[in-house]
Amino acid sequence: MIPVPEINLGGVLPALILGVAGLLATLLGLFVRKGAATVGAIIGFTAVLIALAANAPLRFMNTPAFSGMIVLDTFSWFFNLLILLSVGLTILISMKYLTDQGLDLYEYFAILLFSSVGMMFMVSGTHLLMIFVGLETLSIGVYVLTGVLPKSSKASEASLKYLLLGSFSSGLFLYGAALLYGASGSLSLAGLAKYFQSGSINTMGLIGMGLLLVGFSFKVAAVPFHMWTPDVYDGAPSPITGFMSVGVKAAAFAAFLRVFFECFSSVQVTWSHILWILAVLTMILGNLAALVQSNIKRMLAYSSIAHAGYILIGMVAGTAMGAAGILYYLLAYIFTNLGAFAVVTMVGRKGEANISIDDYRGLGKSHPALALAMSIFLFSLAGIPPTAGFIGKFTIFGAAIASGYIWLVIIGVLTSAASVFYYFRVVMKMYMEAPEVEPESLKFSPSMALALTLTVMVVLYIGIFPTTYLNLATESVKSLF
Amino acid sequence: MENVSHFLSLITFVPLLGALIILFINRECLETLRWVTLVTMLTDFVLSLFIYFGFDPSVGSMQFVENYPWVKEWGISYKLGVDGISLFLVLLTTFLGPILVLASWKDITARVKEFMICLLFLQVGMIGVFVSLDLFLFYVFWEIMLIPMYLLIGVWGNPARRLYAAIKFVLYTIVGSLLMLVGILVLYFMAGKSTGVYTFDLLKLYDYAVPLQAQFWLFLAFFLAFAIKVPMFPFHTWLPDAHTEAPTVGSVVLAAVLLKMGTYGFIRFAIPLFPNAAIDAVWWVCLLAVIGIIYGAWVAMVQEDVKRLVAFSSVSHLGFVMLGMFALNFQGVQGSIIQMINHGLSTGALFLIVGMVYERRHTRLISEFGGLSKVMPLFAVFFMIFTLSSIGLPGLNGFIGEFLILLGSFKVQALTWYAVFACSGVIFAAVYMLWMFQRVMFGEVTNPKNLNLKDIDAREVAVLVPILIFVVWIGVYPNTFLRPMEPSVKNFIQHVEKKRDAVIALEKTGTQTLPNPERISLVYSVTDSVPRNEN
Repeated sequence: MIPVPEINLGGVLPALILGVAGLLATLLGLFVRKGAATVGAIIGFTAVLIALAANAPLRFMNTPAFSGMIVLDTFSWFFNLLILLSVGLTILISMKYLTDQGLDLYEYFAILLFSSVGMMFMVSGTHLLMIFVGLETLSIGVYVLTGVLPKSSKASEASLKYLLLGSFSSGLFLYGAALLYGASGSLSLAGLAKYFQSGSINTMGLIGMGLLLVGFSFKVAAVPFHMWTPDVYDGAPSPITGFMSVGVKAAAFAAFLRVFFECFSSVQVTWSHILWILAVLTMILGNLAALVQSNIKRMLAYSSIAHAGYILIGMVAGTAMGAAGILYYLLAYIFTNLGAFAVVTMVGRKGEANISIDDYRGLGKSHPALALAMSIFLFSLAGIPPTAGFIGKFTIFGAAIASGYIWLVIIGVLTSAASVFYYFRVVMKMYMEAPEVEPESLKFSPSMALALTLTVMVVLYIGIFPTTYLNLATESVKSLF
Repeated sequence: MENVSHFLSLITFVPLLGALIILFINRECLETLRWVTLVTMLTDFVLSLFIYFGFDPSVGSMQFVENYPWVKEWGISYKLGVDGISLFLVLLTTFLGPILVLASWKDITARVKEFMICLLFLQVGMIGVFVSLDLFLFYVFWEIMLIPMYLLIGVWGNPARRLYAAIKFVLYTIVGSLLMLVGILVLYFMAGKSTGVYTFDLLKLYDYAVPLQAQFWLFLAFFLAFAIKVPMFPFHTWLPDAHTEAPTVGSVVLAAVLLKMGTYGFIRFAIPLFPNAAIDAVWWVCLLAVIGIIYGAWVAMVQEDVKRLVAFSSVSHLGFVMLGMFALNFQGVQGSIIQMINHGLSTGALFLIVGMVYERRHTRLISEFGGLSKVMPLFAVFFMIFTLSSIGLPGLNGFIGEFLILLGSFKVQALTWYAVFACSGVIFAAVYMLWMFQRVMFGEVTNPKNLNLKDIDAREVAVLVPILIFVVWIGVYPNTFLRPMEPSVKNFIQHVEKKRDAVIALEKTGTQTLPNPERISLVYSVTDSVPRNEN
């Protein structure tokens, strides 16, 4: 008789809920003729709420499940929360987007949910294969969503590009995993950790580690593995771009952190040097390239590259403090960036006709509330207090200084000063310039209004009263160290 | 003291409350918007008077202290307090508040709602900077005021170059302040590692003796942030642009309060935290200050635009403030503080005056004017008095500050020659101010456009008279202002000297016993510079 591995559904409860909801949305979508997208969105959003409620009591469960393939510790709990938040907000923004585009796609929400399920497995995986399956599930969903706009050659191009480059990086990741297996005879993180602690590490193991690093760097869009980002972010529907820039990034960083801190912490010296260089390149190139963009989505794409650089600083710091800083940073970044993309979606209108920075001229006069919200998001991205983005940068820079990386932080703050230029340029367009032709006034939908209100309030609230969330982040990384 | 202990929070956040009220007022009701702002500012000023009357002038320590943990894990607290050094800067800020609103009454007609909100937010940031006693809190306020100022210049500024000036202002400031943030973090961890107490509390960090080598770098980081703000030569190039392009109110608030944040930063943070580095830096800081005095004066002399002229005169005046402060003796520091107030009053007033002319003629070129005193006699009187106050005529405020500063720097052997050159700045000031005044106000009315200019009205008089009162008051009886700051200034100098000696002693013993001087840490306590919480 085949022994049945212990099954611990509690460990995957949020993912399970989203998965079932995804199936439900697919099924129901078949029977609804008109307004299928709305049905999909409602199912999706309800599932997110239920999953949030179900996730809440699981925080200290700390149980491995499925023969040690998955663990639900405080770390994955925190990232499950982040993923749920970003999916929820993306659904709210997407409703408005699909209405604007005149699309009635229930698949959109189903795929979004499946993709999130992949993310959740990725963040809680404790086995390289599990992480890889999660990574692929999430990636395939996102490839499809990128090209979801029919009759848009830009979207199709972006989707194909993403697919090709993405598969390439997945291949590298898998290759790295294979080499690690060859070297250590194990793919579980615990096994790998044991191997790397043993002291007798052969070159194959190190190459495997390097390939994993490349694979993750690709997903988090760190320079020089960032080439896909601007085109894909530009071509994808705005809400999906927002989702990619926060959700995918958060999931990738979660796995990145878990794998590198759990398995390779004994050879930290080796990889922290590499990450140091990557962080510097990412910050400099991301910020400099963003300076010259005239398309807001491309600008935010480069800005998201730059933010990956700041987050890498937290990894270089290599301490619990740095990791906690990353968690808080990602929390702040989810609300800030999704908020910014909500505004981009609003201003974009039908067919994303208005995604040039010049289209923001006069927004301060025609839509003061929207312009104010956008300004708050931009200030948060630039790291100006009292926003969440400032606390995020502060904690990460602080952690790096505590570990003695003063020059890295100096480079970080200087590039961040440069970033002020392009973030403030949008503010300048909104408040200080007048449009050539007065555009039609924008219509808020309830879901969009909800998304914007939530994001603005959270960005300010966790920026002014960060204590609870900083503590949450600190406690969540304890399982890694 | 129980019942007054929240006064500082109140003063800091009353403008925020006003801004919230304004948020709910229809943007069409311009008068209501203006009145609400004016009442808020007046309330704020009246509340700040309670601070003045409740302030115990015989004590040199922090008063009205409020201290609540904010982010406990990081040792960040919400800690406010004033002493004799910050008291008058707070009062200056709240005093100028209503004047700014009055001055903008007719000047600002577009987007009044946003303008008033910006003004109120700016007030929050400025007062916050002067009262915070926690480095983190200070940094937050320091950055907060950047945004409203950016908008003031960029939205309501001179159409031609406002965008350039606004972004230049932001970039200059932010580069400096971000490097200061690195400095703050380094100091925080350094102090934390060696004392075991991780805190951003300024008064606790005062007592931490920073190793010499680290002091140098940290001082440099703080110096850059503050020197840009002051602005000291050669970091001053943003100032003329920002001043010239900003609307009148923006220039006034920039000159009167924002620049003081830089000099205040030196006296509150850079010097007491890193006294050895500061003392070692005296020669080059004072050199830059003297260059600033003379250079500012010379460049002011050749300006064709009155506003630019006043802007460059600021560079010169703030050179005096820096020189006095780095004399690091009683007269010098006291003169430097009183000069901060003086500059705020007289240069603020001069910007208001230039604004009044600009409102009438929409030009500020000196060549466009001439003989205005005939057309606008009342205006001429005010202009004359503020010009003389800026030059430093005895009997008016400017004289007191400059005299004390020069006295202080002559007393320091090493600074004698600096003081000699600085004196020439007083003469140059007379040259450029009086020459400008002569070309604008005296002679025949050469330009027919100037013939029918209206003299200033009641509102404009109401704007200028309060400033005039203080200009004369400080000039005639400066003791009202000097007395309350005396104990704090003494305290400051004592602290700097004691801490310097302690660090030197520490380095000596340290180098003998420990191989790595970086590692030395020792907290010494000086009885009268330890946090003193009255309540």
